[in-house]
Amino acid sequence: MNDWLGVIYFLVQQMWLFSIPLLIVALGGMFSERSGVVNIALEGIMVVGAFCAIFFINQTQAYMSGQGLLLLAVLVAAGSGALFSLLHAYAAINLRSDQTISGTALNMAAPATAIYVARMLQANHVQQVAFTNTFRIFKVPLLGDIPVLGPLLFQNTYITTFLGLLILAGAAFVLYKTRFGLRLRACGEHPQAADSMGVNVYRVRYAGVLISGALAGLGGLVFVVPTSTDFNATVAGYGFLALAVLIFGQWRPLRIFLAALFFGLMKTITSAYSGLPVLKDLPITSDVYKMIPYITTLIVLAFTSKNSQAPRASGVPYDRGSR
Amino acid sequence: MRRIQRLLGSAGFGSALSSVVAILVGLAVGFIILLISNPRQAVAGLGTIAAGGFSGGMKGVGQVLYFATPLIMTGLSVGFAFKTGLFNIGASGQLIVGAFTGIYVATNMQWIPGPLLWLVALLAAAAAGAVWGAIPGLFKALLNVHEVIACIMCNYIGMYGVNFLIKNSNTYDSLKNQTVDVAQAAIPKWGLDKIFFTMKGKYADAASVNGGILIALALAALMYIVLNKTTFGYELKACGFNRSASRYAGINEKRSILFSMVIAGTLAGAAGGLMYLAPAGGQHITVVEVLSAQGFNGIPVALLGLSNPIGIIFSGLFVAYISQGGYYLQRMDYMPEIIDIIIAVIIYFSAFALLVKNLIASGTKKLAISREQAAEEADK
Repeated sequence: MNDWLGVIYFLVQQMWLFSIPLLIVALGGMFSERSGVVNIALEGIMVVGAFCAIFFINQTQAYMSGQGLLLLAVLVAAGSGALFSLLHAYAAINLRSDQTISGTALNMAAPATAIYVARMLQANHVQQVAFTNTFRIFKVPLLGDIPVLGPLLFQNTYITTFLGLLILAGAAFVLYKTRFGLRLRACGEHPQAADSMGVNVYRVRYAGVLISGALAGLGGLVFVVPTSTDFNATVAGYGFLALAVLIFGQWRPLRIFLAALFFGLMKTITSAYSGLPVLKDLPITSDVYKMIPYITTLIVLAFTSKNSQAPRASGVPYDRGSR
Repeated sequence: MRRIQRLLGSAGFGSALSSVVAILVGLAVGFIILLISNPRQAVAGLGTIAAGGFSGGMKGVGQVLYFATPLIMTGLSVGFAFKTGLFNIGASGQLIVGAFTGIYVATNMQWIPGPLLWLVALLAAAAAGAVWGAIPGLFKALLNVHEVIACIMCNYIGMYGVNFLIKNSNTYDSLKNQTVDVAQAAIPKWGLDKIFFTMKGKYADAASVNGGILIALALAALMYIVLNKTTFGYELKACGFNRSASRYAGINEKRSILFSMVIAGTLAGAAGGLMYLAPAGGQHITVVEVLSAQGFNGIPVALLGLSNPIGIIFSGLFVAYISQGGYYLQRMDYMPEIIDIIIAVIIYFSAFALLVKNLIASGTKKLAISREQAAEEADK
């Protein structure tokens, strides 16, 4: 019995490491798409955010460490992601260009630039940016001792996990309970109507894209820190997976959370199967296990997508002069 | 004057001009990067980039054609789906599934006579790609699952599935952790190696180019005809413009979605066949947990070519050409990543340039209208 509890605690702790970056980035994508701008540049923005933040850690870790450093890195990641997403915003909003085009351009530029800058700036001229992980929290004081909830949420964790949950709450609040959220949703559904009510569609869409940039940049850092000891100019397709989670979650915060949890849990179970009772004895190889999260996602989608509908004006450039 | 106006106003001229502007801006950014990293060689470096494959003589040109082949094929795959209003981000999975199937057929059906084996294997690759493209197509048409998410899932399922199948079949070379040689089914050269080579002393150093480039060109022409000269292609495009209107007009939109994804998958699967049905020393599928990059490279190629099959030929050739320039750039100690940055800038500015093109078009139209009005006034 105790064994089983241990396994479950372990799985949930691992799950957060997969789910939280997906959650943060997908919520970012949500802000952009609900404002009417498709953002397939999430992958590229993650790379830029992760690169800037990890490089920042790399340069400053001689002087400081621990949670203070991580929080500063979070700011760097969000800031650099927002800055980078400005490029997408300008093309998509001011120039009314095809949003897939500028998104693709950003995805292509990001890893190349990260490799290039890393090799230019680092003394050893390699593309990997190394860092020391001093950020793991083994047990949160007090909260970590709560039975059940303690091991599930407050042991072997990162401060970014709580940041992600905080962002979820904030995103749901902003989207549904504030004037800005209402305007954002209006611009994504029917920008002409929003404009006729005096909403500045361009400004709202800029805000949407910038928020998505900040969150995607942050998500890049959150993804890299627990899973690696250096940054190698890639986030392993997590930006595209976040896009999938966003659609899976039907552009709504709570559903995005559930989708991210589902996917993270699937991914955890199938990558940790060799340490799990029952599963490790099944005659199934690791490659087959690794396919399971993607297959189950497809199956779940098959049952839940009948009424799925993207924000109506998402991907359509807003032209004030058009009918 | 009229003729100049017509020329300026024509869509083709606008597209060409906008592409040229975007390329110039991209090269300018590349030059700035070269200046920052090593000012002394920057001019020579820019020259190398601009010279592209020509720096390597006829072999270099052959290499450009060789690397352009999968780019054109996946570009066609993505572009064809774009025309139907679908974003085929799953070319990567379709390509690798096709590649494995081609290799499997080449390894296990050797009773097929040599000159036919490559063709059978290539057709098998294309068919497997079609199946892999049909999955998101069916999910979209019947179950309303967004094609982007279904494609992304299929990419990963395809990648892990192929890894599994390679390891559990006779196509696995466990020593090198890759697929076995399939030289017996290599795409024929059709004499291209007799054209594209450079002499190294007495020995002719031939480029890797093979008949694949001719197949890619023929398929591009076929796609152009399908899209622009057939009812079927017209229906697909109509669905891309407005799904509800085309349903109202009696077009079976579900069938169109499915066929469009099947054709896109076929092209990407064939791309995999053309890449991996290689002679000894050519490419093999390595068993790694990374999505095939070639599938994703089709997206910028399709966008640069404005999803037009003929445009995609040129954009595929261009990307291969400038990438080959990046390869030679390494001789000067520059990093080849500069090329990716340049291509990204070009794509980004092609969005700008489209705007310029529209401005020119509307400008000349206005000019023509005001002139007609003036003529009418004069008639009165």
